[in-house]
Amino acid sequence: MRDIVLLGLNHKTASIDVRECIAFTADETDRALVMLRDNPAIGESVLFSTCNRIELLMAVDEREAALNTAKRFISEFKKVPVSQFENALYHYVGDAAVRHTFQVAASLDSMVVGEPQILGQMKEAYRKATLEKASGVILNKLLHRTFFVAKKVRTETGIGDHAVSISYAAIELGKKIFGSLDGKRVMLIGAGEMAELAVEHLIRNRAGTITVANRTFARGVELAERFSGKAIKFEEIIDCIKEVDIVISSTGANEYVLRKDQIKGAMKSRRNRSLFFIDIAVPRDIDPDINRINNAYVYDIDDLKGIVDENIEDRNREAIKAQRIIDEAVIGFRKWYDTLEVVPTIVSLRGKVEAMAQQELEKTLGTLSHLSETDKQAIKRMTGALVNKILHEPTDFLKKDGCYGNKSASLDLTRKLFNLEETH
Amino acid sequence: MEPVFIIATIIYMFSCACYFGYLFIQKSILQRMAAGLMMAGFALHTVSLVACGMRAGNFPVNNLHETLSVTGWAITAVFLAFYFKYKLRILGVYAAPLITLVMIAAYQMPRPVAQDPQLFKSWWLAGHIITIFLGNAAFSLACGLGILYLLQENAIKKKTRGFFFSRLPSLDLLDTAGYACIVVGFSMITIGLITGVVYAKAIWGRFWNWDPKEVWSAITWLFYAALLHERLTVGWRGRRAAVMAIIGFGVLLFTFFGVNFLLKGHHGTFTVM
Repeated sequence: MRDIVLLGLNHKTASIDVRECIAFTADETDRALVMLRDNPAIGESVLFSTCNRIELLMAVDEREAALNTAKRFISEFKKVPVSQFENALYHYVGDAAVRHTFQVAASLDSMVVGEPQILGQMKEAYRKATLEKASGVILNKLLHRTFFVAKKVRTETGIGDHAVSISYAAIELGKKIFGSLDGKRVMLIGAGEMAELAVEHLIRNRAGTITVANRTFARGVELAERFSGKAIKFEEIIDCIKEVDIVISSTGANEYVLRKDQIKGAMKSRRNRSLFFIDIAVPRDIDPDINRINNAYVYDIDDLKGIVDENIEDRNREAIKAQRIIDEAVIGFRKWYDTLEVVPTIVSLRGKVEAMAQQELEKTLGTLSHLSETDKQAIKRMTGALVNKILHEPTDFLKKDGCYGNKSASLDLTRKLFNLEETH
Repeated sequence: MEPVFIIATIIYMFSCACYFGYLFIQKSILQRMAAGLMMAGFALHTVSLVACGMRAGNFPVNNLHETLSVTGWAITAVFLAFYFKYKLRILGVYAAPLITLVMIAAYQMPRPVAQDPQLFKSWWLAGHIITIFLGNAAFSLACGLGILYLLQENAIKKKTRGFFFSRLPSLDLLDTAGYACIVVGFSMITIGLITGVVYAKAIWGRFWNWDPKEVWSAITWLFYAALLHERLTVGWRGRRAAVMAIIGFGVLLFTFFGVNFLLKGHHGTFTVM
């Protein structure tokens, strides 16, 4: 009976330079899968490598030997001494490996809990493994179950809800004000990494023209070119504000760049259309009192951070719910896995054939009422002998240890051929 | 058609329950069920009103029971129209209880026969009633949208978010839909007032009788006219528009009920209890 074994390292156990050394590119993954497939110590394998984790999922006959082989394999393949990454490695066996796989796919083990990319990356890794025929009955079943569980977690819990970065939080708020950000015009005052990131997110949400105002006009022009927008002089801000819907401010100024009375005037000339200020600067650029003006909304960096923290807390709460779904799924998988044991399969195979024989026997004897008791006994004996003869070869085949190659595949096939229930 | 009316009312109640379920647990299946029930209730309600009208031989506003029933029907009609136009699911949380309450109130009312059936047989009257009721229904939804707008605006301004933030749509959608309700409502009551005035001429021989209902209708009309005017000229939108929609509905309610009960006038005939 093969064990499911998982060997891996992730952002929690390994520093970025260790992860960089071990990470497999797409091409390397393909080559590695072929080598793993041909390695006799490793039965089935799926190799999953992203910038945050490397996981090698295997179904093996001898777990200690397989783990050592796998470590050596990584070391030789990536030409890195085992000692350099050994401390960062973790390994799980059986149910623990199954649970870990589910957790990774459901994004509970991610750096940002609930981030959605991981499932797609895992599907891609599995696709590669099936193409190279590195995975088999056990891992195929496990991975299919994994994708099902991950999808269930996503739809039944709020783990993927709400933004967990400052710029996404701002976008989410913008959507609650404007509905769609499509065509909304944006003004960027000053510059800075986070402000520029927010502008990029807005552009991705199909925002309209970008206007850039910078104290150094040349720098403003440069930024405007990058966003294919237009640059304006710092003194023009107030005139231009009636043309825009979203203002992102991030200057190094010590006093407010925009004051309440200025915006009050501007609101009149823009006929009270909503105006959303995102103030990323510290100290603040935008007078917080502007938030008191009708249809003007001001969020500063602390407000946005507050939202992000709250959302992260929400996600962590949802993660507990997700854990329950995963626990159930682990039990479900264990049930299927146990059916791959030889004895239960033989027992249920025998039970099924005997039940069929018994049923037919009763039917036949019922119509042959003229038979004497001895005749009836003879027919019963014959039926029993038939059952034994039919089952003899398959039972022998299943009992022979491993000499016919992949035993779990044979067991699985037997169960499918005779339509045996997964639970018993 | 009493049983049909009761079944329709019960269906509205279930729809109402589904909407509340949707508000709290946010499962879209509940919302779809609620909207489906609303449509089923509306269909039955229509059958009940048509049957009622056929039996009496005129538009079913002979007493307060029928008037309220038509009111509920009009709100449902306008709600469903806006539901399909703006995909405003959450508005049902306001509309469904309102409709249910109106239906229950209608059920409670006694149903005397109209004193003067001749008074009711006129195409002008039918036009007057249909447009006025649909207009009032649109204004009632504008009020609901105004309330939702204020809740959402408060959540965003106070930065507390909380219960409503994630459940309500964007401010822009609430504002646009509220505006559309007012435009529809205003157009309807304008037509309603014109047909009403023509009908008054036919029945009482004068276009304008300084009847309290007429005066208050004019006040209501002027109120909404002012609201629309301000929006188009200086841009009364957002919070102020929402508040005005709510106040406007208060004025409307007084015109609709208050005048009939508190001030005497010839409209009393239509709300006999």
